Amino acid sequence: MKKPLIVALAGNPNSGKTTLFNQLTGARQHVGNYPGVTVEKKEGTCLRGNAEFHVVDLPGTYSLTAYSQEERVARNFIIEEKPDVVVDVIDASNLERNLYLAVQLMELGVPVVLAFNMSDVAKARGFQFDLAEMSRLIGAPIVETVGSRGTGLDELVAAAAAAARRPAPPPPAIRYGADLEQAIERLQAKLEGQLPRADARERRWTALKLLENDAEVAGRVASGDVHRLVRAEQERLSALLGDSPEMLIADARYGFISGLCQETVRSTVETRHTASDRIDEIVIHRVWGLPIFLGLMYVVFWLTFTVGTPPMDWIDAAFGWLGVTVSGFWPEGSESLLQSLLVDGVIAGVGGVLIFLPNILLLFLAIAILEDSGYLARAAFIMDRLMHKIGLHGKSFIPMLTGFGCSIPAIMATRTLESRRDRLTTMLVVPLVSCGARLPIYALIIPAFFPEAWRAPMLWIIYVFGIALAILCAKLLRATLFKGESVPFVMELPPYRLPTLKGIWIHMWDRGGAYLKKAGTVILAISVVLWALTSFPKLGSVDESLPAEEQQAAELAHTVAGRIGHALEPLIRPLGFDWRIGTAMIGAFAAKEVFVAQLGIVYSVGEADEESEPLREKLRQNYSPLVGLCIMLFMLISAPCMATIAVTKRESNSWGWALFQLAGLTVLAWLVTFAVYQLGTWLGIGV
Amino acid sequence: MHDRLHRPLSTVSAGSSVLLRRIRAGQELETRLAALGFVPGAVLAVCRNSCHGPLVVQVKGSRLMLGRGMAEKIAVE
Repeated sequence: MKKPLIVALAGNPNSGKTTLFNQLTGARQHVGNYPGVTVEKKEGTCLRGNAEFHVVDLPGTYSLTAYSQEERVARNFIIEEKPDVVVDVIDASNLERNLYLAVQLMELGVPVVLAFNMSDVAKARGFQFDLAEMSRLIGAPIVETVGSRGTGLDELVAAAAAAARRPAPPPPAIRYGADLEQAIERLQAKLEGQLPRADARERRWTALKLLENDAEVAGRVASGDVHRLVRAEQERLSALLGDSPEMLIADARYGFISGLCQETVRSTVETRHTASDRIDEIVIHRVWGLPIFLGLMYVVFWLTFTVGTPPMDWIDAAFGWLGVTVSGFWPEGSESLLQSLLVDGVIAGVGGVLIFLPNILLLFLAIAILEDSGYLARAAFIMDRLMHKIGLHGKSFIPMLTGFGCSIPAIMATRTLESRRDRLTTMLVVPLVSCGARLPIYALIIPAFFPEAWRAPMLWIIYVFGIALAILCAKLLRATLFKGESVPFVMELPPYRLPTLKGIWIHMWDRGGAYLKKAGTVILAISVVLWALTSFPKLGSVDESLPAEEQQAAELAHTVAGRIGHALEPLIRPLGFDWRIGTAMIGAFAAKEVFVAQLGIVYSVGEADEESEPLREKLRQNYSPLVGLCIMLFMLISAPCMATIAVTKRESNSWGWALFQLAGLTVLAWLVTFAVYQLGTWLGIGV
Repeated sequence: MHDRLHRPLSTVSAGSSVLLRRIRAGQELETRLAALGFVPGAVLAVCRNSCHGPLVVQVKGSRLMLGRGMAEKIAVE
């Protein structure tokens, strides 16, 4: 069999690249990461007729400089992996800006095919293209496509296959002006012999990149002579022309593009206000913008929790049934360790996490719709003013919002932030936003200690306290560890679009799948470890005269978890906690909601959930309302669950930050709870 | 330094179009902005500009949201 051609898809964000990729590859996709970075690598197989293509979706970029991770990844893929052909997806209704990347791709000297995507939108806006002439001027074949409907795909694939067979055409004839050309020529001459196997075109490209101050390319050139010449030329150009060389080079590229467009694009109608503009007048209105945004967010949460409840009950029932069924394999009285491991460890542990899957999928569905329609960019705009006050920018708001559902996807959502400082700050404070798994704890504690009238305000206070702490910590981190001006904010406001079902579906499953994978791997492993901690060592003999619940409690106290709880007691005593709470907290490290079940076992009330009245009765007997509040505060702030730590490690690419998050939040939780408990005791409130 | 003809983009009121003259924002940012179409001579249409918070600017056919701090570093006429 012939080796499949490798096709790289490049293009601006919002050019419809992802839609085209989905159309080309269908379900035959694979999502991974580029080595060493957290940029997603999407690959897929495309079958057309009897030909097979391997399609790689490069990250969406505006340019090919070495400034952002995405751009570096895209460029290095093209240079190092040498795909057979690069398909540049271009938003035909926004030609000039999109052609900027195309010109840079051509300069790299690889076979390029331009896909004029969304050509229907462009035509509706009254643009007419002379494609033959444009193709001749730019030196690459052009195919019109409509990604959302899948038109033009056969032609695109055929053109790509043809281009891959031909040698790369010469780069577009961009003249950078006499002064720049002179600098390029001098550098090109100096580079002779410096780069092994480099032809004239590659030397020209390198010269250009050196003048653009491209650190990565500069690193490949060893000669100090070359670097000295680069600096001299840069100074000469700046003095002569009054702008930096990179600006002059960008200007020349745009000059070439606008010349090209003047000759080949005709605009038949003068459209001043598009539908997008009219929607924006309302949606990002100075007064209405915020209420509309808050209203939409309310709808998202309402849907997530109401629509999500029935499937959650089904999953709960299914795991309950599975547990009972598996238990049934062992005849009464012959309970073995394996049975306990399967039922109490694996099934209960994984079930406890999977139960949130409907919530999470719904939240991702809503976010995918908002994102694909173009609204999310507006939300960032609206929130920017507020977020700016805490030293972050509007885009950080999306991860924070997702954090109400679950910290794991929230931390993954920080990928949209370009600056590492912003990313790390957001990532580290996200667990302070009360996630869905903490709700069962509040739901248990609040009715146990607080009168009816106080319950709703109490819950509100806890949530708001978490948000306030997140803001405070973000400010603190920005003032200390991640000092520096917040990254100035540029973001495209893409035109509003009707999202495609396929796109939303794929988006939702991409992220939901990551959560599922976590449940299947990390959480499964942790469940087993925790089960072991709470099962061993076994108590030699149990006092048979005691009721079954008391026997269970005595056994737990004897296990590793019980012992750790006891060992922790001196540390947590100043917070008003005893060893029982300490033991339950160990369970909470696997998943916050496990706290409730663990407390149920320690207090030997048998099966316990957040509605358990006997457990609440026990809590009332043993603790004051102040301790109740302290439990909630500690669970809110302290060590995020293990899965969160694992995701922070993966996304920050360092155990250091993950452990810093773990330690920092735990210390913070201790300090806050200590202050609240001691102050409350001293003032005699709620004791 | 802004002479009478050059003023920062942040002072341009919504609804007016201006010509970009120069950007002084450090190399990294200049390159990023240039890629998005902010090059000398480009026409910038300011769509939204209240006295604080980001601006919305149309350049080379696309709408961009621009932080206020950045808009102060862009000289236009």
